Amino acid sequence: MSAIEIKDLSFIYSKGTPYQKQALKDVDLSVEEGTVLGVVGATGSGKSTLIQHLNGLIRIQDKKRGSVVVNGLDASKRKERARLRFEVGMVFQYPEYQLFEDTVAKDVAFGPKNMKLSKEEIDLRVRRALELVGLNYEGFAERSPFDLSGGEKRRVAIAGVIAMQPKVLVLDEPVAGLDPVGRRELLDLIGRLRREVSPTVLIVSHNMDDIASVADRVIALKDGEIVADGTPKQIFGDRALVESIGLEVPPAKRVADMLEERGIQLPPQIIDMDELEEALAALLKQKEGIADEAQTAEATCAEEGDMRSQDDSCAVCRKTPDEEGEDV
Amino acid sequence: MFKDVAFGQYYPTRSPVHRLDARVKLLLTLAYVVGMFFIKSYFGFILMAALLVFTVIVARLPILSVLRSVRGVMLIVLITAILNLFLVKDGEVLVHWRFITITSNGVHLTIKMVLRLVLLISGASLLSLTTTPVEIADGLESLMSPLKLIKVPVRDIAMIMSIALRFIPTLFEETNKLIAAQKARGAAFDSGSLFARIRAMVSVLIPLIVNSFRRADELAFAMDARCYNATDKRTKYKRMTLRFADLIAALLVLGTIVVVLLDRYYFASVGIYMDKLIFGGLV
Repeated sequence: MSAIEIKDLSFIYSKGTPYQKQALKDVDLSVEEGTVLGVVGATGSGKSTLIQHLNGLIRIQDKKRGSVVVNGLDASKRKERARLRFEVGMVFQYPEYQLFEDTVAKDVAFGPKNMKLSKEEIDLRVRRALELVGLNYEGFAERSPFDLSGGEKRRVAIAGVIAMQPKVLVLDEPVAGLDPVGRRELLDLIGRLRREVSPTVLIVSHNMDDIASVADRVIALKDGEIVADGTPKQIFGDRALVESIGLEVPPAKRVADMLEERGIQLPPQIIDMDELEEALAALLKQKEGIADEAQTAEATCAEEGDMRSQDDSCAVCRKTPDEEGEDV
Repeated sequence: MFKDVAFGQYYPTRSPVHRLDARVKLLLTLAYVVGMFFIKSYFGFILMAALLVFTVIVARLPILSVLRSVRGVMLIVLITAILNLFLVKDGEVLVHWRFITITSNGVHLTIKMVLRLVLLISGASLLSLTTTPVEIADGLESLMSPLKLIKVPVRDIAMIMSIALRFIPTLFEETNKLIAAQKARGAAFDSGSLFARIRAMVSVLIPLIVNSFRRADELAFAMDARCYNATDKRTKYKRMTLRFADLIAALLVLGTIVVVLLDRYYFASVGIYMDKLIFGGLV
């Protein structure tokens, strides 16, 4: 069964004024339950408009043509739209700026309270949501959300949405502004949430690297239209396509391309750092024992050294020298 | 929720009115608003309305954008009209039914009051429709500069004003984002009990205030880092100069107001004669 079914969806902002802008143009999209869908696109490509249709925050403009159905709930019907709010959990960009209660527990309870659940159920859900996002209930429940660190605040905000136990979870730029460790942790968290709470997850991002590592499927938006749809490998492995959408190629793909240009054979379509690391390690092992190969490996590392200056998040640069020491 | 806030939204077209000096536009708008309160006859209203329509046409504004700003205050206009209609007791009695009395003077006062308010609002909205907030702030700074002589910190006031104006759209955007985020968590802004609605508003207001303080802090740091206030004399990127068109505009607006004043104080009979001529026995 598909969790999300969108047909012929169009949307125009400020219709009939000089500020008029077409945000979506005849978008068709069907997402199977259990998918982690990456939504990519440059700023102003219509990503936000698209996801806000999912829980009825934005009403469908042309109901005769366009339709949005999530888990059987029709967004064009008033009653069903109200239920949609809780069916689709939406974590907006920088959610830490939306905290408002005086304690963490109260803030997380805001959603469940609006669902009119019993007090026991609310407490249970708050406890579970906080533990899920990796915050110890006893340690955090009574603290003020404004006293927490940036990463902790974001977890509290995400817990606030998780506590509603939505079947579909939408995250808008979930790792924006986090340091590399925070990013990794949050991406791991997404995997955990998908297993335990929300089987279907949509991640909106313009950072290819994040999406490459977690998504099963990726759609790319440009000027309000879906211009590409496929696995992360199909999309991010196609340099011309990624650049035509107005996005950056993932760093791992860039490194792989540079290595290939210099005659080093790698498996096709490497898009994330872990894969690149494995491929390089395998390559080095294969060449073990051949004396002059050590120089190639050194050359490889030197090149990755160049990359480091361009991109700090290049994990391979930090790890490969050590591995080289072990292998050669 | 804030979709209808059209008042004051700059309408970007190129027109002679858009290009006028902001100071001139500010002063002329002030003159227009003051002049509006001196109108007594329908003839005066027709003159002012003609001036307004003429300006709208020259400014290449769709009439709808001007009327939209009136829509925001329609409720106030209606209440004023109803109060005037039923509470004015002198003059010829037109309708008398139980406790309701409508008199001819009441009708005239009501019509004039509505005309006055509508013309006032649409005239004032012309300023913000044709002038960017930055231009308005610069214009005000320049107009207030004589106050520097009596140690009024005009430059700082102007800076505060432009920052405030600059952040209005940001705050709107942020408010909308917060509303969306809290709605996504089931906050009830337009349904549910009064208590639930207040709770929903609080969930938006608190983060809005917290974020504004944070932003103000950051802005202060940024200004400090760029040596704001380190020098006494600041120069302007855009210098305002008066042009021939400004003179024409001034003559047109002030001329109309002079006619309105003359109509009221010296040739009162002319206005009334014109009113009689136009409206026949109705006046």
